Amino acid sequence: MYICGTGIISPQPSFGHGPFLEEMAEHRGEEMRCIEPEYKDLLDPKLIRRMSRIIRFGTAAAMDCLKEAGWNSTDAIITGTAYGCLEDTGVFLSRLVEFKEQMLTPTAFIQSTHNTIGAQIGLSLKCHSYNNTFVHRAFSFEHALLDAWMLFKEGQADNALVGAADEITGYSQAIIRRFGIYRKCESNFTLFEKGQKGTMAGEGASFFALQKQAGGKEYAKIDAIKTLLLENPAAGTMETEIQLFLSAHSVSITDLDLVLLGYNGDFSHDAALHHLASGMFEDSITSGFKQYCGEYPTSSAFALWMAANICKNNSLPSSMGGIGLEGFVRVLIYNVDLLGHHSLILVSSC
Amino acid sequence: MPVFVAGLGAISGIGNNVAECLHSLQESRHGIAPMVYLQSEHRNRLPVAEVKLSNSELAQLTGLPVHISRTALLSLVAAKEAFLDAGLPSGFPCRKAFVSANSVGGMDKTENFFPAFAANHEAGHLREVIHHECGAISEIVAKELGVTDFVSTISTACSSSANAIFYGARLIKNDLADVVIAGGCDSLTKFTLNGFNTLMILDENPCQPFDENRRGLNLGEGAGYIVLVSEKIAGMLHRMPKAVLSGYANANDAYHQTASSPDGTGSFLAMTGALKMAGLHPEEIDYINLHGTGTQNNDIAEGTAIQRIFSNPYPLMSSTKSFTGHTLGACGGLEAVFSVLSLQHGIVFPNLRLETPMKELPFTPVTRFKSGISLQHVMSNSFGFGGNCSSLIFSKS
Repeated sequence: MYICGTGIISPQPSFGHGPFLEEMAEHRGEEMRCIEPEYKDLLDPKLIRRMSRIIRFGTAAAMDCLKEAGWNSTDAIITGTAYGCLEDTGVFLSRLVEFKEQMLTPTAFIQSTHNTIGAQIGLSLKCHSYNNTFVHRAFSFEHALLDAWMLFKEGQADNALVGAADEITGYSQAIIRRFGIYRKCESNFTLFEKGQKGTMAGEGASFFALQKQAGGKEYAKIDAIKTLLLENPAAGTMETEIQLFLSAHSVSITDLDLVLLGYNGDFSHDAALHHLASGMFEDSITSGFKQYCGEYPTSSAFALWMAANICKNNSLPSSMGGIGLEGFVRVLIYNVDLLGHHSLILVSSC
Repeated sequence: MPVFVAGLGAISGIGNNVAECLHSLQESRHGIAPMVYLQSEHRNRLPVAEVKLSNSELAQLTGLPVHISRTALLSLVAAKEAFLDAGLPSGFPCRKAFVSANSVGGMDKTENFFPAFAANHEAGHLREVIHHECGAISEIVAKELGVTDFVSTISTACSSSANAIFYGARLIKNDLADVVIAGGCDSLTKFTLNGFNTLMILDENPCQPFDENRRGLNLGEGAGYIVLVSEKIAGMLHRMPKAVLSGYANANDAYHQTASSPDGTGSFLAMTGALKMAGLHPEEIDYINLHGTGTQNNDIAEGTAIQRIFSNPYPLMSSTKSFTGHTLGACGGLEAVFSVLSLQHGIVFPNLRLETPMKELPFTPVTRFKSGISLQHVMSNSFGFGGNCSSLIFSKS
């Protein structure tokens, strides 16, 4: 499938198709929140007021993606979100507790539903087509992509708007912090400093206009997607799985120009990834991506946006060294989280 | 490429397994009653259809620890029943997937955690929030079932598990899996009860779907799963498949975040889409298991869409939510199980408490249990928030 438009709101100045990661925006502390654009040109001002942050940045990213693709409708709207609309969930829950189940209003409850963003996009486009939402942790985005891939194969759709969104809230940070997952970073520039424990939380919304056939506007092509649920895989398991994945699509390790790896800055989490980088991927350029977007379950969607732009530009962004890549470009994204969700996405230039 | 139904599993307010649910359906015995397990301020006003087992009884039944979310406990009971019912020989080499749905994940535990946490962010037991995510619930169950090849979770409000079922079927058709346990689950929570209460669509009495004087819905809880298998696997099983999933479709009403359009555009498109995929004419549908929540809005929208597609003689219809209440993320799964039972046994379940048929509609749902009917094709409707509408068609295999 071909990526012929993107829309992204992230902790980087990524919105609106300006320069591609020329400089890395700096974030301090234990979280990286989105740099949000002015919404009033993108969304109905009456709606904006009522929307929580994730619905705002999710819907706006989707609208910007459609604008770039030049679509006013689509055959499918498929969203991935691991946590759903946390802010609205927190609002409704705290009022429920505070007011002892009395005098509640419905807005936060309605908007807390996991498919709110997908529904909101459908509603604003008056789009009656297929609309689905995947909520499976760090596979949410990958399973949304897989859904589009199946729809194309089945002849049920020629194009699809596929994206992911997750948000940081005060409550989510306060809870996840207690699991000892985060560290207060001096800066995301030093997220990957050696020997550190903990990561920085991230968030964002990334949408992709996908087409079954090339149409002349493509950034890149998604060649394959795979998810693997493996807690603490034995040594060598991931090497074998990655080899199998690549060879199933007639790609060899040496064909990979760039491998984007899901390092998050925590030394124990990153150890296995370092091992791959210096082992099977030693002849490819390898890089992290969470120094830009932070750690969150649908961060692979941010990585796909990076890969798509790298394929389109035939070079790495200047914040990554600006190296030019010759000719046909192949990028492998390998993301993994603490719970054993491994995902592989293979992207190539068109 | 046909996808077969090889196993069924259910737990709901009318029974703890498929046989008990079927018995209650045959006896016209509903499960709507005052709350026993859910500790809500509304317990004396709002009846619900609870599963008649405590968390510790469910933990005993499943072997899971008692502190696990009730949603996971319910899910495991039904998913395991479905898996065993399919009769796959142990060690059978095949790619297994679990595709489940739920609407609020482990919210039953999160809402216990929250009062202490709200007062002091360092308080509250963290084990109560580790399964908050929808996907966490599915993974508890997948692990118990021994399914690791593919696990996914869908959440599109009340159509969630219908969508999970046909995503599962598509995994088989696209050769990504051979056997898929698909459906959904939800336990009652204060969060959803109060949410629906603010929408003012909860009935203070047992609900009356498709009645002129309907007042709203009753919430319920449970889980329902079917086991889908490829043709190749179906041929290797000792038992005949129970049905074929012959058609399915999802469409969006794109009208309002919570309300359905007056002409039922989304439901119309879902039903016609499913018919088209199955290659069936409307008159070939023998029974429709209605979404039929009992709200003013759903029943008129769904009824209008049916009126636009079908004509006299209309298929038999009923809403089994008059038995189980509206089980949200579980309803598509439970009603898929009921639809297959209907096909298998040639029976149609009554739409309980229907007194005055809706004056706008030219048809009336079935009010008494019917048996000895030859059924070839059964449709099951599930419509949700965000205009998310799905229809499934099960046919005799």
